[in-house]
Amino acid sequence: MFLPETATFCITLLVYGAILLLLIYYVLTLADLECDYLNAQECCRRLNFWVIPKFGSHALLCVLLLLGGHWIMFLLNLPMVAWLFYEMHRQRRDSLGVYDPVDIHSRGLLKVHLRNCMIYLGYYFVMFFVALYCLISALIKGDPIKRYEDDEIVTDF
Amino acid sequence: MSAYNPNFVPPAHAPVPLNGNNLVNGLPGAGQQQHPQPPPSAAQQYLAQKQPQQFQQAPPAAGAYPGAAANKFLPPTSAVVGGPPPLQLPPSTVPPSTLPPHLRPPPTTNANVNGPITNGSNGASSANSSRTASPRPMGAQPQQQPYGQGPVAAALGNPPRASPLPTSQQQQPAVANLTNSMQNLNLIPNRTNGATGSGSALPPQQQYPQQKDYRSLGVAMAQARPPQFIDDKGTTSGIAPNVMPSPFSGQKPPNLGPLPSKMFGTAATPDRPAPPLAGQRVAYGVPPPPSTEQQNQQNNNPQKAAPPPGTAWPAGIQSPQSPPTQQVQQPSPYAQAYPPPLQQQPLPPAVQPPPPGMFGTQPTGAPLQYQAQAPPQAYGQQQLPVQPQLAGPAAFGSPAPLNVAQQGFSRLWGQDTIDLMQNRHILSPATLPPPKVVLHNQFHESINCSPSIMRCTLTKIPESNSLLQKSRLPLGIVIHPFRDVNSLPVIQCINIVRCRLCRTYINPFVYFVDSKMWKCNLCYRVNELPDDFQFDPATKTYGDVTRRPEVRSSTIEFIAPSEYMLRPPQPAMYLFLFDVSIIAQQSGYLEAACAVLNRHLDEMPGDARTQVGFICFDSFVHFYSMAEGLNQPHEMTLLDIEDPFLPRPDSLLVNLKECKELVRDLLKQLPKRFAHTHDPGSALGAALQVAFKLMQASGGRITVFQSCLPNKGPGALEPREDPNNRSAKDVAHLNPATDFYKRFALECSGYQVACDLFLMNQQYSDMATISGISKHSGGCVHHFPLYQKTKPHMVDSFRTCFKRYLTRKIGFEAVMRIRCTRGLQVHTFHGNFFVRSTDLLSLPNVNPDAGYGMQISYDESLTDVKTICFQAALLYTNSEGERRIRVHTVCLPVTASLPEVMHSADTEAIVGLLSKMAVDRSVASNLSDARDAFINATIDVFNSFKIAQNLPSGQSGQLIAPRSLALLPLYILGLLKHPAFRVGTSTRLDDRVFAMDCMKTLPLDQLMKYVYPELYKIDALIYHARNSNSSTTQDDDEEEDEPLPELPRLQLSAEHLDSRSIFLMDCGTLIMLYVGLNVPSDVLETVLGISSTAELGDYVYGLPNVVSNENDVLKRFILRLNYDKPYSALVQIIRDTSTAKGQFIERLSDDRNDSSLSYYEFLQHIRAQVK
Repeated sequence: MFLPETATFCITLLVYGAILLLLIYYVLTLADLECDYLNAQECCRRLNFWVIPKFGSHALLCVLLLLGGHWIMFLLNLPMVAWLFYEMHRQRRDSLGVYDPVDIHSRGLLKVHLRNCMIYLGYYFVMFFVALYCLISALIKGDPIKRYEDDEIVTDF
Repeated sequence: MSAYNPNFVPPAHAPVPLNGNNLVNGLPGAGQQQHPQPPPSAAQQYLAQKQPQQFQQAPPAAGAYPGAAANKFLPPTSAVVGGPPPLQLPPSTVPPSTLPPHLRPPPTTNANVNGPITNGSNGASSANSSRTASPRPMGAQPQQQPYGQGPVAAALGNPPRASPLPTSQQQQPAVANLTNSMQNLNLIPNRTNGATGSGSALPPQQQYPQQKDYRSLGVAMAQARPPQFIDDKGTTSGIAPNVMPSPFSGQKPPNLGPLPSKMFGTAATPDRPAPPLAGQRVAYGVPPPPSTEQQNQQNNNPQKAAPPPGTAWPAGIQSPQSPPTQQVQQPSPYAQAYPPPLQQQPLPPAVQPPPPGMFGTQPTGAPLQYQAQAPPQAYGQQQLPVQPQLAGPAAFGSPAPLNVAQQGFSRLWGQDTIDLMQNRHILSPATLPPPKVVLHNQFHESINCSPSIMRCTLTKIPESNSLLQKSRLPLGIVIHPFRDVNSLPVIQCINIVRCRLCRTYINPFVYFVDSKMWKCNLCYRVNELPDDFQFDPATKTYGDVTRRPEVRSSTIEFIAPSEYMLRPPQPAMYLFLFDVSIIAQQSGYLEAACAVLNRHLDEMPGDARTQVGFICFDSFVHFYSMAEGLNQPHEMTLLDIEDPFLPRPDSLLVNLKECKELVRDLLKQLPKRFAHTHDPGSALGAALQVAFKLMQASGGRITVFQSCLPNKGPGALEPREDPNNRSAKDVAHLNPATDFYKRFALECSGYQVACDLFLMNQQYSDMATISGISKHSGGCVHHFPLYQKTKPHMVDSFRTCFKRYLTRKIGFEAVMRIRCTRGLQVHTFHGNFFVRSTDLLSLPNVNPDAGYGMQISYDESLTDVKTICFQAALLYTNSEGERRIRVHTVCLPVTASLPEVMHSADTEAIVGLLSKMAVDRSVASNLSDARDAFINATIDVFNSFKIAQNLPSGQSGQLIAPRSLALLPLYILGLLKHPAFRVGTSTRLDDRVFAMDCMKTLPLDQLMKYVYPELYKIDALIYHARNSNSSTTQDDDEEEDEPLPELPRLQLSAEHLDSRSIFLMDCGTLIMLYVGLNVPSDVLETVLGISSTAELGDYVYGLPNVVSNENDVLKRFILRLNYDKPYSALVQIIRDTSTAKGQFIERLSDDRNDSSLSYYEFLQHIRAQVK
């Protein structure tokens, strides 16, 4: 409740946008790796660098939504945060991160990662519009526009 | 002798006791016999043993064996095989009758009959065989001789008949003599029908794809006739098989396979069939005609004649299970495989009716039969149909022409099945050899890569992923790319011809559109040929592209031009890291290591630029500066291990040539220098970091000796193993405890530095974590648990291993790329390396003892291609600073038929790949998952085979397996009881992890010994020694060259042990000699130099030197076993009552123990699960 509703959704929208851009970067990097334009170590180093920021920003967002009392948005975000958390912590002790250069070429892991990225992309894309809708509805709620009074519009026809 | 081993008494048929001849040829056979021996009664065993001896004479055997010696697993190599036959042939020109079957002349007459075909086939075949055979040359050539006889005989007897005979031969590629003999016995009464019999018999056996070419005629006839014959006398069929010696088929075999149908069609055309038939009947049917008889004897058989029918053979042969007729057919295939046993013997005896009772009485007949057939080692392999027991009873029992024909077909295609429940003694020459790759006509002359270098789990690739899934078999390749090979074509050329699209190297399997263009066989792009490719360097001529070495050999090495270098080739750089903590000093490894290093300093591969360096570490890191001008090495100690740095920039790695004296000096001083330290710390992490800094600039090899858990500085570890929990069901801590070593290794691999680890631990040292330095940097791991300088055998074993390590070839800054035909891709890699991109392995070092595995998956289906190829290209810098590319190409046919896929499976490669996958599984998940996966994989395979065969679902008393997969349960059981995967038996965690590491990195031939050791009964050797001693004392020289008898491999079960014999178990790096309690003292005296077993201690290592033939022969045998290994194995002698017996017994994986099933129980378990 420490932020106005519109600010909350603005931040949400921005976070989603940033994550979307990040995911596109992920997909491009993984595709580079697949096409052999990139060394596995280099690729994994780049990707792993962004794993924590991605998870952190999303987790913060969740907290923000929870504090703001937006239960539905919170519940929509929770599964993804939980999944990201699980993904980070299921790694073995010797693993170099979610993207492990040693494993990435085996057992089709590269494909799995690519697939996951596409799923994330879809998810965040949808969530982006949900947030946009929320933002707009929040803006509208606070704005007393009289929609049916405008004769001018009608006369335009 | 006799007292020593009754088994070896010469077969009855042989007039003279085993003499040189018998021994040479026969021993192998004899050895084999043992296999067959059914659990049954002693009497039976005895009989069985005799049989083998008869076989011994078979020529093929002799030829095959030498080859076999070289490589246990593989069939004799082509070269070897090739050798013998020619020799034998000359004699063959002599009239056939007198000579033993193998010696007889090639079927000249036959040529008339078949005319062009025969001749062509012969000449061509031999040529083909030599080429095509290379992958698995086995059997083919040896067989020729026997075949030759057959044809001859045929020609003599009845021209018309000739055709049928050959066919029969072909059909029954490799039949055990035994079986033949059996058949004879049974058939004898029918003899008259012989002709018919032959006809009937033929159909089933014909199916041999490979042979068809030659005999196409014959085959056709045979097929056509079969029904008739059968009707006449199904039982007699046995004779027919005998009739045909399979010589020709043997030669030709391999390539033809794929197009049998075609062959038939063409072959069938000849009119002869009708006349021949009549002829046949007459000839065979009427015993009297002498000529025919002779023919029979010669041709067929040897087999028939060989066994004194009633006596020895029956026992071995007896396959009571099926009606006599059945027996006949089944055995026949094998019989051919085996060279005719004894032609000498008169027909009459053979003809005698078999004692009816015999068959009935012997309960376990089925197994026996199989085994009996098995004996023919080399021969059997490809062709041999394992017994089609399935079809057997039904088909034969009521001679239904259709069934018989079907059976025949299936055999022709090499698709025979075995009921594992009935054939418990499955490890036989018939099942051991891997299936042969048979390519379509277009490439059938192209030599595929040697199976010891590259092998695919399936020799026919399913055309789609769904078909592969149906077969439930893993698809992958196992590769040993840097294997030491004897003759490797090396080419230096300005531009290496490669596909412009996929960069594939030109290989024997490309298609030449015209003299200027070639079509890539991996991506199908059409490329141009450079002009200079027309030049053949060997003959210095222009014009014939196909004579280029690149197109003639599928393993080839190029000397790479400068575009293959990112930087100038690096010099050989060796850095040694010695652990000198108190535990290391107690184990005393440093003395041995320094001594070996000192001795072999000059033999380390390298040129004038070679550099070496030494670092010791305990709680601190000690450097040794050997700068020029110093008269002795200077030691510098680094105290700050948290942030290690190099004390000085130079002189730590020094040029070996220039500073050899200093280096030697240092190596002498090192052991003394730390002899009195009491530092319990081990700062491995810090030492590695400085070592990396030292090597960073150039790349090279870091050799780490570690004897305890690293407990200081970066990378310090905690003991994790709970010693009380070593036999628990769930094994924990198979995973590394930290990512330090893995990160380090990845960093190393980026700078072309490899780390090799020698772990000589006294206690838990967390191999799982430390071995990370080797796993991801392309290094190797050696493990000497509980190493103590007071244990001479450990010191010896370490010395030989370390010597090999120092002196073997090495490739620096290597990369290996695996390319597959479009539609396939490598899915997962196994081995020690770092995968840099989808198909590129980064191998900072590559050594000749490292093997790799790859799982293959489908991108798209292969419906429109006939063959697929895998190409492995290894680019490395050799120790002379030369950049080289070694290219291996293997080409495999594609099939759309599920049964074909299953029948073409290569069990050893599958087991190799499964074990690697299981290691991954146990690390990623847990051990019990991996164990379940083994069992499920086995069940799935048999399930899908059942479906493929359209067998009724539901439980039955049978467990039907294709011959190619008959050994799968045996090996899987071996894996389940292997230290890597066993539960319930106390296994140290480090040992387990090391065993798993071996599964991932051993080349296939060594892995198989590791998983399922080879067990031999060496009585035959001793017998051989004595025999040759008496017979050939005068020409010692020859004796030296005389091939050792081929011993049969025994299954790992205590049922084969006997207290009067000595057994030898070859586990790869350890050879155990198990001396029975009642071995005659004269044998002990001559072999081991002791008068009674009581003189043997509990732990005896090394074979004593005794001046005797027996000892000499045994040494040669061990030498032969060691031939393919990186270094010679340690020999341990175990007395029956010794406390070390447990080591031997625990490796008998067919037997039941406290926590695991016996082989038979395991089979039952699988059978119960197969729906």
